Amino acid sequence: MTHDGRPGTAGPQRHFSGRELDRFNECVLPYLDAAHNLARYLLRDGHDAEDAVQDAFLRAIRHFDGFRGVDGRAWLLSIVRNTCFTRLRGRRSSGENVEFDEEIHTVGETASGPEEELARKSATQSVREGLDRLTVEFREVLVLRELEGLSYKEIAQVAGVPIGTVMSRLARGRKQLLLSVRPPGAKETG
Amino acid sequence: MLCEDVLERLSAFQDDELGPVRSREIQQHLDGCLNCTDALGQMKELAERLRAEAPYYRAPDSLRARVAQAAWSDASRGRVSGRRIGATARVWLGAAAAVMVLVGGTWLLTSLQRQEGPGSIQREVVSSHIRSLMGSHLTDIVSTDQHTVKPWFNGKLDFSPPVSDLSTSGYPLIGGRLDYVRGRPVAALVYQHRKHLINVFAWPDEGADSETPPRTQQGYHVVHETHGGIAYWIVSDLNSEELSAFARLLVTAGEKRR
Repeated sequence: MTHDGRPGTAGPQRHFSGRELDRFNECVLPYLDAAHNLARYLLRDGHDAEDAVQDAFLRAIRHFDGFRGVDGRAWLLSIVRNTCFTRLRGRRSSGENVEFDEEIHTVGETASGPEEELARKSATQSVREGLDRLTVEFREVLVLRELEGLSYKEIAQVAGVPIGTVMSRLARGRKQLLLSVRPPGAKETG
Repeated sequence: MLCEDVLERLSAFQDDELGPVRSREIQQHLDGCLNCTDALGQMKELAERLRAEAPYYRAPDSLRARVAQAAWSDASRGRVSGRRIGATARVWLGAAAAVMVLVGGTWLLTSLQRQEGPGSIQREVVSSHIRSLMGSHLTDIVSTDQHTVKPWFNGKLDFSPPVSDLSTSGYPLIGGRLDYVRGRPVAALVYQHRKHLINVFAWPDEGADSETPPRTQQGYHVVHETHGGIAYWIVSDLNSEELSAFARLLVTAGEKRR
């Protein structure tokens, strides 16, 4: 039950050595706040976010031997985001949300696209509400970019998508958010 | 470049992720196009509003404690025995798992107590700090008044701990509790700074006055000073600069008292 077939879990159980613990404390633990912030935005629920972060950290501890790089933040955040998306899929299968599809969500570039329509209907909300209402894939890149200050390369690493996808998701996420936070009565551009 | 092409790339342009050639092309277009310049302005404003208005959700102390404890406890299990408590992997066990690692941690602590030296004290006080945040046992006596907290220790300890009011400096006293370090009862005083809790462990130490630079363990900072016959171990998730400043205030205030 504890084995989920991911790399690193096979074979005998291993534990931190003292040196690994020091390295973990130095490279990964400092990003707990970033991990929690990301999980909180992805899941939009305080309890769920805490559970997911704790889950992700246990996973990180178990798979720390697979951490070779120097960027502990991107490494940790990718585990956190995968943990969150697994939880979201669980919610979706119980009928909460629509599966993200790069094609569908990229087609509606015109002003009459379904998302733009939705955004326009619910305009005048605060930036925070607007962010919460975005499709989770757009919310993810915006949080990583604007609140964490990650580069496109780092975001690509966290989200497990090509840099070009990061670029287009950010552009589209911003466009939608702009529509939804426009103050009432403001004129449209374009 | 057409407006359409420019608008499509404005987001990446703003993030400085387009590369020098493309960026120059966009800039040239912007210099002569009010419409696109306006769109860029809106996008910049959105970025500013996001940073200003979207809250940054810091991890709560209880989560920090659970995570730090899990890492430490994994290492200590590796050291003490080859077995792993399989249930810890199921995090959502929440409190139950926390209790389990706590038991494991305490067990290890008992075996560590035979080891001497500052390293083992540091582990003990950090562990105690985490335990105090984890459960409901942060304080035995809750009071912001030093004249209530100090006498509370009478009869419970064989020394009188230095309790100071540092609220005017931004470090209000929360209370105190009896704790146990290196096999002896010690005073634990709890202070607060913004959202951060600080545990001050104090006990008599006849050694010469000394201070050590802040160290980090399990994501917490630890400052140790010996002053006027009292050993202070100060633990918090507060940044090390502010924690050092707090240590200076505390020691100076303790000095005046004598």
